[in-house]
Amino acid sequence: MRRRLLPWRLLVVLGLIVLSVLVVFPVKGRIRLGLDLRGGSHILLECVDTPEAPVDEDAVRRVVEIIRNRIDQLGVAEPVIARQGERRVLVQLPGVTDPQRAVEVIGKTALLEFKDERGETVLTGAHLKNAQVQFDRLGRPVVAISFDSEGAKLFAQATTANVGRPLGIYLDGKLISNPVVQEPILGGEAQITGRFTLEEAQNLAILLRAGALPVKVEVIENRSVEPTLGRDSVNAGLRAAVIGIILVLAFMVLYYGSFGLLADLALVCFVLFFFALFIGLQATLTLPGIAGFVLTVGMAVDANVLIFERIKEEYRLGKTWRASIDAGFQKAFRTILDANITTLIAAVLLFSLGSGPIKGFGVTLSLGILCSMFTGVWVSRVFVDLFADRLKMRV
Amino acid sequence: MEFIRATHINFMGVRRIAYVLSLVLVAISLGSIFFRGLNYGVDFAGGTLLQFRFGREVTTEELRNVLGAFGLAKSVIQRFSPNEVVIRTTKLSQEDQSRLSALLKEQFGSAELLRIEDVGPAVGADLRRMGIIALLVAVGGILAYVAFRFEFRPAVTSILALAHDGLTVLGMISLLQREFTIPILAAILTILGYSINDSIVVMDRVRENLAGRKRSEELEEVVNRSINEVLSRTINTALTTALPVFSLFFLGGKMLQDFALAILAGLAVGTYSSIFVVSALWVDWEKRSPRRR
Repeated sequence: MRRRLLPWRLLVVLGLIVLSVLVVFPVKGRIRLGLDLRGGSHILLECVDTPEAPVDEDAVRRVVEIIRNRIDQLGVAEPVIARQGERRVLVQLPGVTDPQRAVEVIGKTALLEFKDERGETVLTGAHLKNAQVQFDRLGRPVVAISFDSEGAKLFAQATTANVGRPLGIYLDGKLISNPVVQEPILGGEAQITGRFTLEEAQNLAILLRAGALPVKVEVIENRSVEPTLGRDSVNAGLRAAVIGIILVLAFMVLYYGSFGLLADLALVCFVLFFFALFIGLQATLTLPGIAGFVLTVGMAVDANVLIFERIKEEYRLGKTWRASIDAGFQKAFRTILDANITTLIAAVLLFSLGSGPIKGFGVTLSLGILCSMFTGVWVSRVFVDLFADRLKMRV
Repeated sequence: MEFIRATHINFMGVRRIAYVLSLVLVAISLGSIFFRGLNYGVDFAGGTLLQFRFGREVTTEELRNVLGAFGLAKSVIQRFSPNEVVIRTTKLSQEDQSRLSALLKEQFGSAELLRIEDVGPAVGADLRRMGIIALLVAVGGILAYVAFRFEFRPAVTSILALAHDGLTVLGMISLLQREFTIPILAAILTILGYSINDSIVVMDRVRENLAGRKRSEELEEVVNRSINEVLSRTINTALTTALPVFSLFFLGGKMLQDFALAILAGLAVGTYSSIFVVSALWVDWEKRSPRRR
């Protein structure tokens, strides 16, 4: 029965190989990389209560909105901004090269205040229409701001009332500039000169344009990887995987001879099918995910080891070659199933409970185990049946 | 090439020695875990980890001086290369992180920030809870599977071996003061799953051979014969799994090295325990209070 179906089974294997090759190649750009491999920032923010501004539903919603605005202005491609639970906001910024700057821009409250000599707030950033970086006559970066109509009115009043006196400009309660008003400013435009570096001025302009956060926001988790470090990790992981696969291929041939070659063929199928599935499921590869994959490479041939050892034993008992092969596959299957189920329990757990990079480990390990059971048992059976009569294992 | 062929090693004969070895291993591990403790990474303990690449070689001493001036004398410094270091401190605010980067840049010419891992106390607590749940559910799942799959006694000895393997690897992490991070937890969960595999292979064969046992054959002989029969697959499956992990250890980069180390240790101790702990304990149990079959 099995042998009559052999051409069909071979066709299925070849079909899967062709399909996988089409899915996997060219590899470049097909595998989605996690932030730890492509570089970027994973930032978790939490809105916290302050006496002046307790957190409510509306505030959190506005925080998300304002942060989205700020990130848009940072020019990050494909950012993720998502609310998590009641008070948390998750921000993912792929490819960010300067995570410290990103965090500064995202997490700052950015409340702009103008205070007169007595320390009374005469105007806030809520009335801003625009903010832009310009340069003064000495070429120093300044932030030019313009107010909306109401703001312009308030600003005119404040400057009129304070001619000859300083009007302090505060950001989040910190004095950034303390210019003396020379004459009333009626046009609703002003400049903040705060001895900024260009980057500081740019950050401030972004913050002012996007508006102040309604409540205090704290960074409670930040995992950032510089893109070049991510690339180094990919290269190191890839090198380890390739050498690992070569070692296993060599071991199987050295130990099991031509049968090892068949196991190697199945292992190549495993790698191919694994990545085809991985890409097909649009899974994300992370650094621990690479480790999980490397681990399953070794586990993938375990099935073949168990089967071949069993075949040897059956043959030693005096069975015919074909009967030994049948019995070997059949009897080893139970053990293979058992062996994989316990590891699968751990893998699925990590996949469902874990977050971020470690989830990637669970994904590659689970996928690898499932895929390796298929290639280790079913696919390698096809190869063995195909060549069984021509090959002999040293027993 | 054939390394292992029809061996006749008397494993059960040396099981007393193995017991002593295992007890010593577990005792050292427990001692280290309790007295030396685990070196929790920022994942679980919270805190800030910064990885820098400097424009020139920087000695640990130089770096320590700068950190001391910043009030971070107690931070942990790990060197990746002469000009690349990881600094682990208590949780730093955004401003302090920026100021530290600026200071290092000023001191050492250039200081490129390659990695930030910054975990606040609330998130650390979440991750600890997640880790404990994962561990409990994994152990529960494996227990359930073993209970369903094995008879009572082999199930108990397999679980003892599993505890033995998990503790030994955890003990090694503690003894070497490697950081206990989420990837290490993942490694230990994987090891627990793997530890049962080998036990299954061995105990299944024991059961099989027990059924066709000759009257004259001692229990030890049956077990010895079983272990010898499955020896090449026990060793080969461990070896084929270990080969790529070796490659990961040497070539996979600094960040996966501890993970690979934990897995390798787990493979070694798991293979050892499936031979010397699971079946040996079972033999002694059966001999002390034989069950009628």
